[in-house]
Amino acid sequence: MKTLVCLVALFCAAAVASSAQVKSGDTAPAFSVVSLNGHRANLADYKGKVVLLNFWATWCTPCQKEIPRFIAFQREQEAKGFQVIGISMDDSDPPVRAFTAKLKTNYPIAMGTTKLAESYGGVLGLPITFLVDRNGRIARRYEGAVDLDAMERDIKKLLEVDRNESNRDHR
Amino acid sequence: MKSRLTLFILLVASVAALAQGPAIENAHLIQPSDLAQLLQSKDPKPLIFNIGPRMLYDQAHITGAELIGPATDPRGIDALKARVRTLPKKQFIVLYCGCCPWSHCPNVEPAYQQLRSLGFTNVKVLFIANNIGTDWVYKGYPTVRGQ
Repeated sequence: MKTLVCLVALFCAAAVASSAQVKSGDTAPAFSVVSLNGHRANLADYKGKVVLLNFWATWCTPCQKEIPRFIAFQREQEAKGFQVIGISMDDSDPPVRAFTAKLKTNYPIAMGTTKLAESYGGVLGLPITFLVDRNGRIARRYEGAVDLDAMERDIKKLLEVDRNESNRDHR
Repeated sequence: MKSRLTLFILLVASVAALAQGPAIENAHLIQPSDLAQLLQSKDPKPLIFNIGPRMLYDQAHITGAELIGPATDPRGIDALKARVRTLPKKQFIVLYCGCCPWSHCPNVEPAYQQLRSLGFTNVKVLFIANNIGTDWVYKGYPTVRGQ
């Protein structure tokens, strides 16, 4: 009986841990997705860049407002080592394809999975956005309708930090 | 001049109403803490319908909740109508979504209005201020994790 209780407790602890939210300073969970245009996007391929990882959906109005700004961020900051990756939490891709074609998104967008969402602590509401620093660590997590000017300032600050400098800070 | 002022007041009132979110009377809302208490009690339980996206439901949902699908999609409304077809009009039903902040949720109002128009008299909508994670799951209320 005692063993059974221990096993149940261990199982529960594992379940809680697996869904624990990722926080600033954690290594961003690795993923590999195929974007809507058929190209594979691995988070590891962007090491050395600042990555904005945006979980969104076409039916989410705060998400709709953010995306034109993300397109502008990508256009303006790409040369400094910046990359946006969009993960749609829509249940199917036709509305996503229509929406991204209309907005002419200039960064990879892929369909999300529950596994990917859970690896980031669960995407239980939208939008949720993570900023990942040049060393692949979570720098910030944003939830809900946020101040995009403040987000842009955060991006610029991270872009100013040299990769080696960022490494020294975490030692 | 008077008519322009009236139009202006109406415009401001409409904008304010939209900013507040779905037009559902307070008497037909249920707070998360109250629903959680009800689910943990020995009282009869309501039917709980999730009228949000599958992707969120599959990650975590309220214990006992059935996935109907997004009510902004005609398929979601059809699924809702089919589900309630044989139910008594006095059936206690709780609708919830939690995809986005309350003021932006596109699903709760069409689902609620649909049930009201079908004659259901005991429908409550779960008031989720931020999202289902913050206002339910992370509060430790009864949840089924995973698919």
